[in-house]
Amino acid sequence: MRHLLGIEGWRRDELEAVLDRARAHLPGGPDTTHLLRGKVVANLFFEDSTRTRTSFHMAARGLGAGVLDWSPSGSSTSKGETLLDTARNIEATGPVAIVMRHRSSGAPHLVAKHVRCVVINAGDGTHEHPSQALLDAFTLRQRWGSLDGRTVLIVGDILHSRVARSNLWCLKALGARVIVCGPPTLVPPGLEALGAEVTHNLDAVLPQADAVMCLRLQLERMSEAFLPSTREYSRLFGLTTAREERMKAGALVMHPGPINRGLELAPAVADGARSVILEQVSNGVAVRRAILEVCTS
Amino acid sequence: MSATVLFRRGRVIDPRNGVDGVRDVLVRDGKVAEVSDTPLPVPPGAEVVEAAGRWVLPGFIDLHVHLREPGEEGKETVLTGCRAAVAGGFTAVVAMPNTKVVNDSGLVTELVLSRARAANLCHVYPAGAITKGLKGEELAETGELVSSGCVAITDDGRPVMNAALMRRALQYATMFGVPVMVHEEDLTLSAGGAMHEGSVSTRLGLRGIPASAEVAMVARDLVLLEETKGRLHIAHVSCEGSVRLIREAKRRGLFVTAEATPHHVILDDRAVGDYDTHAKMAPPLRADRDVEALREALVDGTIDAIATDHAPHGVLDKQVEFEKGINGIVGLETALGLTLELVHAGLLDAKRAVELLTHGPAKAFGLPGGHLAPGAPADITVVDPLEEWTVDAHRFYSRSRNTPFHGRKQKGRVVQTWVSGRKVYADGQVKESR
Repeated sequence: MRHLLGIEGWRRDELEAVLDRARAHLPGGPDTTHLLRGKVVANLFFEDSTRTRTSFHMAARGLGAGVLDWSPSGSSTSKGETLLDTARNIEATGPVAIVMRHRSSGAPHLVAKHVRCVVINAGDGTHEHPSQALLDAFTLRQRWGSLDGRTVLIVGDILHSRVARSNLWCLKALGARVIVCGPPTLVPPGLEALGAEVTHNLDAVLPQADAVMCLRLQLERMSEAFLPSTREYSRLFGLTTAREERMKAGALVMHPGPINRGLELAPAVADGARSVILEQVSNGVAVRRAILEVCTS
Repeated sequence: MSATVLFRRGRVIDPRNGVDGVRDVLVRDGKVAEVSDTPLPVPPGAEVVEAAGRWVLPGFIDLHVHLREPGEEGKETVLTGCRAAVAGGFTAVVAMPNTKVVNDSGLVTELVLSRARAANLCHVYPAGAITKGLKGEELAETGELVSSGCVAITDDGRPVMNAALMRRALQYATMFGVPVMVHEEDLTLSAGGAMHEGSVSTRLGLRGIPASAEVAMVARDLVLLEETKGRLHIAHVSCEGSVRLIREAKRRGLFVTAEATPHHVILDDRAVGDYDTHAKMAPPLRADRDVEALREALVDGTIDAIATDHAPHGVLDKQVEFEKGINGIVGLETALGLTLELVHAGLLDAKRAVELLTHGPAKAFGLPGGHLAPGAPADITVVDPLEEWTVDAHRFYSRSRNTPFHGRKQKGRVVQTWVSGRKVYADGQVKESR
């Protein structure tokens, strides 16, 4: 048994083992409903989520597990119960794994120190979103076979993105070059030390990318004046149809969702031939089955 | 209580008086009577402390301690804080005013002093608030606070964001000769931050507090200090930029003093590890270059004192999500060991280390003690510089256990603490006399 708290710290061969295993969980694969039969997976989502929550739910059911879907509304957290008490109480009901999303970076790490079952991070604050990074890497491997020598450009609000951090670790571990691009106010310091190349000029690096991963601009944070306007952001960092034309032949467009259409990504690009956005979602279930299988085995 | 005590053949380090060598120290009636480089005869009835191989030092003075009383007695009281102090070799502590009720009036000052008298362990010097209720809106009654016994004014825990008010505080305090002690943090720059802004905060996905949040306020207050000809003490300096500004201000003759905590000179932001709330504090643990700058500042005199910012908190304040964790750690019982780490590593000489714990703080706040000349208060700390031990938070005298140093190996330990000629700590035990 092993927690999945983040991609940081996982070796390449360990990541590849999960990705290789995910292939067996694609639609049409062998029956895997016996793998967690009689077990329960607890989904603790302290924060709203559509894709990840549904995907983990489907993944657990696909492995034969029962799913405890927990959310803070109507729970004892509204009465002031601490995170640890909530987690311990859920653990006491006997799940094999806790899948957890929380708005605070590091919250799953705290829980993992105090429970005996597996903890899987389904997104913590602005830290990591490891299952998203794995499904992104899985999608790229499906297209390319290997990530070695490929360049992935991550564009947008890097500061507030847990997807960017997990992808940075994951893509680097799998052999890709990673460039991150965004306005200086939305790019945190020290990314170079973590292995990324940093630029604020999208047009300069766009032609180098084999895949462009657009991140959601977190509009709820706009009140803090990270940007003068969404209009200016879109002009400088939006993946418009004009920019798409300057991309490498065959280069892919990705987005972890939800998309602000017309802002970080033009609708025609989001739905265009380069886009693998819905493949990412579909692959998510297979990858999360593999995560549950590997972590609980 | 023994009226006469002879400390025999210890290494006396008394930086103010230029002493560093084997001496006998005779204490009579609560004061130092004689310091001699030749053995003194044992006076009749005297208690003899055989100090060969040990350091006999002026009692340590901590300019920055949170005793939590009144209001948060579950975390600490004046009594438990004093026990922790003497166990750590401190014979005097300055108590911060951010209690609940805030010490912004003579009544609260007198309450703290009466609790200290009842504890009867070490000297407690209250600091009063700069502004009423620490709200940063109106000046508290500095005159009343000082006449009631406050030795400094500070809104510690919070900065005075209003520059005009800060200017007036510096001007007004000049009437009373007390330092204005400042927690330097521009709240618009630190807002939402949980740790130092740098590659570690980026890796952990935690909102960072840039060094500029401190440095900008230090710059502002030094400008105001120069204009007002006041007296400024900068608490818990944490960054290279602040050190540079303070050094330059001292060179120009401004009346500025500064302190650094042991944790800021020992740990950097990597100590946060995987979200360890015991490494969460304000100001946050900074980058390694900041730690390096602080160490240089300890050596060259830019920093005047080592102060612990002893900040007791309960388990529930720390066993939470990192962003929710309350800032601060306890420090009284680990200060000496951490300071000696620098000495044993050759980064700080023993005399300067002792100065930072004794004469440095005494001079910064104009407090009695901090040296061992005849006539000085017999506040004495005896240290075994070679004793190896392991920090065990469960054995702290403080009511709280929040420290990142639990389990850390230390070399050098306080073996006895004497206050006004009375033994208050020895053999690992606080000696109460109430």
